[in-house]
Amino acid sequence: MTVAVNPTQTGEPVFYLADEHPHPEGYSTSLGFWIYLMSDCLIFAMLFAAFGVLGGNYAAGPAPKDLFDLDLVAVNTSMLLLSSITYGFAMLTMQQNKIALTQMWLAITGLFGAAFIGIELTEFAHMIHEGATPQRSAFLSAFFTLVGTHGLHVSCGLIWLVTLMVQVWKFGLIEANRRRLMCLSMFWHFLDVVWIGVFTFVYLLGVLR
Amino acid sequence: MNTDTHAAHAADHHHGDSHAHGTFSSYMLGFVLSVVLTAIPFWLVMSGALPSKQITALVIMAFAVVQIVVHMIYFLHMSPKSENGWSMMALIFTIVMVVIALSGSLWVMNHLNSNMMPMHEMTGMR
Repeated sequence: MTVAVNPTQTGEPVFYLADEHPHPEGYSTSLGFWIYLMSDCLIFAMLFAAFGVLGGNYAAGPAPKDLFDLDLVAVNTSMLLLSSITYGFAMLTMQQNKIALTQMWLAITGLFGAAFIGIELTEFAHMIHEGATPQRSAFLSAFFTLVGTHGLHVSCGLIWLVTLMVQVWKFGLIEANRRRLMCLSMFWHFLDVVWIGVFTFVYLLGVLR
Repeated sequence: MNTDTHAAHAADHHHGDSHAHGTFSSYMLGFVLSVVLTAIPFWLVMSGALPSKQITALVIMAFAVVQIVVHMIYFLHMSPKSENGWSMMALIFTIVMVVIALSGSLWVMNHLNSNMMPMHEMTGMR
């Protein structure tokens, strides 16, 4: 809020902050980032709703039973789950100010994340090779949009992870880097939460159908 | 996390860093619970251990809900107190929106499908 002081004396109003209470840098970052994640959650909810509505429309094409390999999905799920716990270890070592260990756990997290993306792309390539492309049926359009959007998020998380590793390498575990690592931590674990929905509703219920 | 140290910490300059952190044991507990809560639904579907598909579907959905709560508590460190309760408010608002969008879409589209005129009646309409 700004207040004018003695506007008549000099003719020109002078402004100053009346309720100044300086916040330290990054004061509200966690809450702001959480609200961003909630908006992301709404995006995924819409894609889940689309999949729920369209998931049974095969247009005489392949059904989940013909396409999904649950062994592969189980391996993929464990990759993401392992990357979640290794990120947790990175946060714990960060709190103890152990830069080398933090970097190591971040690197391991990145490798698990990359393995997840690799397996997912192999699965997509295999499906497309068999003619199960997004154009084939409403079910496949919804499938590729939902699972692809999740994969895109994980890929962005990987780019972010590598960027932060460079930042930590250059500037160390400064306050700003800790804040950034904490945001990525929330992002990474949130993607794991979304994946719980994907493996349950898309893969397990799909095969069950 | 201890609430007293948390409050004292929040008043400090390190507010950005004051977001609740986990401990090694809380992370490990969350991880072990997640592994169990993931393995059981996969096993149920792959082995077909339960007598009917409806029961299996309900059970694996229940497991998913429990696992999401486990992730929220042990990995995302959600608590009613974090950020003075604002993150919980944002979460509750989002859950309300998600439930409306999901149940509304499924309900409306399901009725649309069941109210569609069957193909054989349509051909007899000419």
